[in-house]
Amino acid sequence: MNIVVCIKQVPDTETQIKIASDGKSIETDDIKWVMNPYDEFGVEEALVLQKEKGAEVTVVGAGPQRVTEALRTALAMGADKAVLIEDDDFYGADPITVAKVLAKAIEPLNPDIIFFGQRAVDDDSGVVGSAVAEFLDMPQLSVVTKVEVGDGTVQAHRPVEGATLVLESTLPCVITAQKGLNEPRYASLPGIMKAKKKPLEVISLADLGVERDDKLEIVALNPPPERAPGKQVEGETGQEIAINLVKLLREEAKVI
Amino acid sequence: MAGVWVIAEHRDGEFRKVTFEAASAAKKVAEEMGAEVTAVVLGKGLEAACADLGKYGVNKVLYAEDDAFEVYLVNAYAGALAGLISEGQPEVVLLPASMQGKELGGRLAAKLDTSIAVDCTKLAVEDGRLKATRPIYAGKVYADVLIKSSPQIASLRPNVFDADEVGGEAVVETVSVTPGEIKTKQIEVLKEAEGKIDLTEATIIVSGGRGMKDADNFSIIEALAAELGAAVGASRSAVDAGWRPHSDQVGQTGKVVTPNMYIACGISGAIQHLAGMGSSKLIVAINKDPDAPIHTKADYSCVADLFDVVPAMTEEVKKLD
Ligand SMILES: Cc1cc2nc3c(=O)[nH]c(=O)nc-3n(C[C@H](O)[C@H](O)[C@H](O)COP(=O)(O)OP(=O)(O)OC[C@H]3O[C@@H](n4cnc5c(N)ncnc54)[C@H](O)[C@@H]3O)c2cc1C
Ligand SMILES: Nc1ncnc2c1ncn2[C@@H]1O[C@H](COP(=O)(O)O)[C@@H](O)[C@H]1O
Repeated sequence: MNIVVCIKQVPDTETQIKIASDGKSIETDDIKWVMNPYDEFGVEEALVLQKEKGAEVTVVGAGPQRVTEALRTALAMGADKAVLIEDDDFYGADPITVAKVLAKAIEPLNPDIIFFGQRAVDDDSGVVGSAVAEFLDMPQLSVVTKVEVGDGTVQAHRPVEGATLVLESTLPCVITAQKGLNEPRYASLPGIMKAKKKPLEVISLADLGVERDDKLEIVALNPPPERAPGKQVEGETGQEIAINLVKLLREEAKVI
Repeated sequence: MAGVWVIAEHRDGEFRKVTFEAASAAKKVAEEMGAEVTAVVLGKGLEAACADLGKYGVNKVLYAEDDAFEVYLVNAYAGALAGLISEGQPEVVLLPASMQGKELGGRLAAKLDTSIAVDCTKLAVEDGRLKATRPIYAGKVYADVLIKSSPQIASLRPNVFDADEVGGEAVVETVSVTPGEIKTKQIEVLKEAEGKIDLTEATIIVSGGRGMKDADNFSIIEALAAELGAAVGASRSAVDAGWRPHSDQVGQTGKVVTPNMYIACGISGAIQHLAGMGSSKLIVAINKDPDAPIHTKADYSCVADLFDVVPAMTEEVKKLD
């Protein structure tokens, strides 16, 4: 069984995001880059299958050279090999373009399952997994919290508004991981040492025969809309504060 | 003529509120483009309900009935919709950024060789094209985006766009379309507790954090929520402690919510939590630490012990008519 996990390198969630002088991109100088948190769930799930089913786990990332770090982290967690699609200008690409590139790189690996994060915490799109599934003509199980691989099929739990759907799909299949799927392991020290010797193949967009043809264009980035300053609810005791608060909610804010 | 299409979403034989929100938003876009609004409904036994979409500004409904459409499955829907869209050539396609719409949208954009603006909070028309605004980096930045190909697809964040009743009845046209090849089946639906409101669609949310101290104390949050008709949310600390299920988590690695009011109880307001609730229309903070960051984001800040304030609030709300 072959498993591929797609990994995006994103700014750490603590990062202050600064808009660059072009008004369309962000300043990347002081950013601490990490593996997208949702992708960690994908890696973990793949490693469980590696142990249970003897699956071979390949991690794939597209972006500038620094993405190697995220891929090495996955190798240190236990993935077998990595592919970096290196392109200096890739960060901020249209997610559909990203999907086209990843699909091209993944296809020759003959995967039974391709894991993605349910969304990347930088562009907050959640598009790439669906689009790769489409490009490779595979079914998909999206935003799942439980995966069970059977013989040629896979079952998953997909929480939706007010319910959890139990879905079954044929393999090969795309799966996008949601929090709750598992507890991702940390890379151990021996793991980190071993990762240095694991294969990491570097390829280019040209090698894949894809040209950038982005259709989604960012025309401006703006800071979030400002909120009016708030007020402190007065009162000597918790009870007084509660009474005053409910009054404000009723009479001033008119929300209850 | 360039049309504006809306992909309708339904469950258990009824259209969902997000469908009405998308229809209303489509109406505004269509007016500026000088176009008409067409809603696409894939379903079973929904024909009678279709005309009602007119209330929200839909001019025409394309209704396709098939057993395969009774329950949403991404392959069946994406295949059918791509067929209808290729034929009808709308300029703009809008759908809800619900769980369904998020999955479907990406697949559809790939199928139609275009792109998609996901989870938008604002739409405008500039030079005849759609300009969509979407929060990125968990709301730390808002991006204005254009799609340079047709159709321009956008999904709309639930609870952000008003569902305006403008009256009117839509013309319903029955169409036949082949579902996409189905490779997935729905085995079971595990329903949540009856009456539980989903966070992404709730108009009021009462959330608890580490300050709740244990799982049992959430009963005071639930009591307040019940009085307010609200959903219950939680910080990651409360979820990781096992006090609440994952589905209750609000934040960067949880749900992004936009209720009319968000009440944060015993939550410090870490950047990852603010990412999930910072665009709520009204924020109330109940936290005994005056320096907790949540107070700087709150419209109404209560520097007090939540175990005093929350039960007293419940009593006060009960007194309202
Ligand atoms: C990659 C990553 C992703 C994350 N994603 C999320 C996410 O999606 N959602 C999320 O919430 N967090 C997320 N976090 C965690 C986040 O950084 C914080 O640790 C978390 O939000 C803190 O939860 P809290 O506010 O409940 O707890 P604390 O920060 O411990 O705050 C508890 C607060 O309760 C107050 N308090 C205590 N007792 C009382 C009382 N009796 N009355 C009133 N107030 C009281 C205290 O003053 C304190 O401010 C993420 C972190 C990382 C690294
Ligand atoms: N540049 C990339 N390289 C590898 N995987 C990616 C890349 N961008 C996105 N992904 C994958 O697609 C998922 C969803 O990303 P997005 O659609 O951008 O929110 C991520 O969690 C990753 O698994």
